[in-house]
Amino acid sequence: MTSPPFYDVLVVGAGLAGMRAALSAHQHGASVAILTKVHPVRSHSNAAQGGINAALTDRGDAWEDHAFETVKGSDYLGDQDAVEVLAQEAGQDIITLEHMGVIFNRNEEGRLGTRRFGGQKKARTFFVSDFTGQAMLHVLYEQLMQAKVPVYEEWFVTSLVKDEKGHCAGLVAFEIRTGDFSLFRAKTVIMASGGLGRVYEPSTNALICTGDGMALAYRAGAPLMDMEMVQYHPTTLKGKGLLITEAARGEGAYLLNKDGDRFMKHYAPTMLELASRDVVSRAEQIEINEGRGMNGCVFLDCRHLGRSMLQDRLGQIYAEAKTFANIDLAVDPLPIRPGMHYQMGGIKTDTEGRCWDIHQQWKGLPGLFAAGETACVSLHGGNRLGANSLLDTIVFGRRAGHCAAEYARAIPPPAISEHLMETDQDLVRSLLARGGQGERAAALRLEMGRTMNRYVSVFREHDGLETARQRIQELKARWPAITVQDKGQVFNTSIMAVLELSFMLDCAETIIEGARIRKESRGAHFRTDYLDRDDEEWLQHILLYHQPENNPHADFLPVTITQWQPQIRVY
Amino acid sequence: MLTTLRVRRYNPEDPQPGPFFEDYKLELDPSDSVLDGLIKVRETLDDSLALRCSCRGAICGSCGMRINGHAALACKTKVMSLTQSGDTIEVEPMNNMPVIKDLVTDMAPFWEKISQVQPWLKPSEPPPVGEYLASPESMNHLAGVMSCIMCGVCVSDCTVLEVDTSFVGPAALAKAYRFVADPRDTSTTLRLETLNQPSGMWDCTRCMECIQVCPKGVGPMDRIMALRAKGLEEKVPSTCGSRHAEVFTDIIKHKGILDEPMLAVRTFGLKHVGRLLEMIPMVMQSVFKGKVPLAGPLHRPISSIQHIQRLFTRVRKKS
Repeated sequence: MTSPPFYDVLVVGAGLAGMRAALSAHQHGASVAILTKVHPVRSHSNAAQGGINAALTDRGDAWEDHAFETVKGSDYLGDQDAVEVLAQEAGQDIITLEHMGVIFNRNEEGRLGTRRFGGQKKARTFFVSDFTGQAMLHVLYEQLMQAKVPVYEEWFVTSLVKDEKGHCAGLVAFEIRTGDFSLFRAKTVIMASGGLGRVYEPSTNALICTGDGMALAYRAGAPLMDMEMVQYHPTTLKGKGLLITEAARGEGAYLLNKDGDRFMKHYAPTMLELASRDVVSRAEQIEINEGRGMNGCVFLDCRHLGRSMLQDRLGQIYAEAKTFANIDLAVDPLPIRPGMHYQMGGIKTDTEGRCWDIHQQWKGLPGLFAAGETACVSLHGGNRLGANSLLDTIVFGRRAGHCAAEYARAIPPPAISEHLMETDQDLVRSLLARGGQGERAAALRLEMGRTMNRYVSVFREHDGLETARQRIQELKARWPAITVQDKGQVFNTSIMAVLELSFMLDCAETIIEGARIRKESRGAHFRTDYLDRDDEEWLQHILLYHQPENNPHADFLPVTITQWQPQIRVY
Repeated sequence: MLTTLRVRRYNPEDPQPGPFFEDYKLELDPSDSVLDGLIKVRETLDDSLALRCSCRGAICGSCGMRINGHAALACKTKVMSLTQSGDTIEVEPMNNMPVIKDLVTDMAPFWEKISQVQPWLKPSEPPPVGEYLASPESMNHLAGVMSCIMCGVCVSDCTVLEVDTSFVGPAALAKAYRFVADPRDTSTTLRLETLNQPSGMWDCTRCMECIQVCPKGVGPMDRIMALRAKGLEEKVPSTCGSRHAEVFTDIIKHKGILDEPMLAVRTFGLKHVGRLLEMIPMVMQSVFKGKVPLAGPLHRPISSIQHIQRLFTRVRKKS
């Protein structure tokens, strides 16, 4: 195609964060476009089920409570200035979503209804049955259609590009339908490309969640932060690892071991099933490891909730349990186990979504922004509370869009040349030309996924991490010899799989490196060889910088504390 | 269980693009989904097989395709529901859409139709400080139609679209219903007037395919009927579509039997002589095929007409 126009703001990813950022930038007068690997409504935001948190003062709730519970949930690794912003702005953002048309649940007075969620004493989770993410995603797409923001649908980004001053100036991408490459020039790029679940096997995540944006930013010089903080969700189905929402527990479901015992009373005497996710996942894993599970699972018991309530407020998981696990939730308990679900870490940003520090305390990539699961502000620190991710995408997507629009106003158009496409074009050409029958990308991905799920999961220790590190290095060495059968240009999903695998291997490397470096247990990162949380040494973030052919370079940033000094964390 | 996936391939870059069927024999667990099978083909036999898939859990809407002749989500279709003994399973791209490659269809026409119904909320302005008030029932009611994941499966199997590509289609109409039924939307009359036009809500022939194939229980045809009822209720200017429904009902009520010539005349109206004359070839065909009853084109009311009329009164009373 002829060179695309240049944009003030180019958003990569059309999930909740990407679309919210694009709308915000558009409303602030910037020229915006979105590039996305899949149609916007196919984005993985649609899989979020339970709800979105906000503390509304007119309900007698206080944003400080929400903020504190988020900080405690993060095991004190969350930056409190960012968490305060999240909690303060949540209320208005929920109202804005409702004004856009989201069909939030209502109470008897016709006002927005709430349900309880993990790690929070008050019910402040707003929801649409049990498909809140999908309900929000589709409404944002409607708004995008109305605003006529251009969407480059089914484009695959292969590199970020920088100008001579090292400022992010656009990206290289190919159109999946034709295989044609284009250079996109932009004053700013907002990376909102979601998580990296497919680094693990199994995972609740969709097949498209391959850490593309994190790897792209990392390779371009932006740091990845807190990558070792990978969340295992307590209730996922055996086999494919599909998600069963925390809302089930929010509505009163129990967790039982094979003896029918509500075991959470031993691990979290106050909050029980609604303790923070890392606490619940560890509890379940201990029950399973100590022989009180069945077939590697414990049970989610919804029977006492009654069929009518299940079909009303938990209709989607009721159908999901029937279809994918052959269980009628009203009649039988559901076997579940912890499964890889979310990446708390990601591309380091400040509270405005910038991937560089205007105070120069850490090195980043000027002109690059990030929001959503791809970013790490850090809001969620060592562990994310349920229903805070949907909130994160909206609040910080909006802020990144706004900040990028303002920033773009003050800088000149990008100056980069077409030849920047050549490296990626050559790579794809060489992949297509590679003859013979080498290994398949899928086989390497499975090895990587199983390695990560074995050695870098709920419980970690030195030897396992070292094994994982070596395995990933081996896989990286095998990557250049992968071959594909599909030699075409049109919709070549095999080429995409090979490129995605290289993104995932980079991400895996940083997860392992962070886990190796952090010699303590905090949040989702639990080391059986360093059992305690060590606030003296480790109340800090780990930033990892790409060094080709070498281990990542590590830097450290202290956690920002405003109001809440770290305390012992019990539920 | 050794099963064969018979997949319809098409590759525009090939000198022999197809379409043609290709057989993939593989070992599948009966509890596997068709998508599991296709991914297995890609990962172990033939990575050139193009398809869209993402969530594996019937929420993203990517993997719509025709399986044994009916559109469905591949991730939700279990092999064991199709065969218990390893019979061949036919997999083809969705119908009523251009094919890009193999099982990947061009969804642009689908999204074109969706955008035609102006699928965004048009609430009253200025907005309130807090949320718009809405009853729990109204929002719960919308959950059904909001469950639509835009997978295209209903559009694939819509029998009207097979013969008339201008029909806006079940997905767009279900989406339109979502706004007409939303108490916060202020654009109901305008929406209904637009849907009332040719290729709109009156072009559905009620074949039920969309209801049958929808993986999320959206029930598009039911939404279309609800739109029609709302249109009649709001007395949007009548079109052939709405008059057909009204005249049909009226004829049955007064004659107890459908008087088809009268139906045609009253639906089109005597003004539309052109439309009436256009029907002559079809009328002639009907006569030759014995489809015009011997009693002649002008029916008298049936003998037990009073029972019909009692039914009408009963139904009217109940609603």
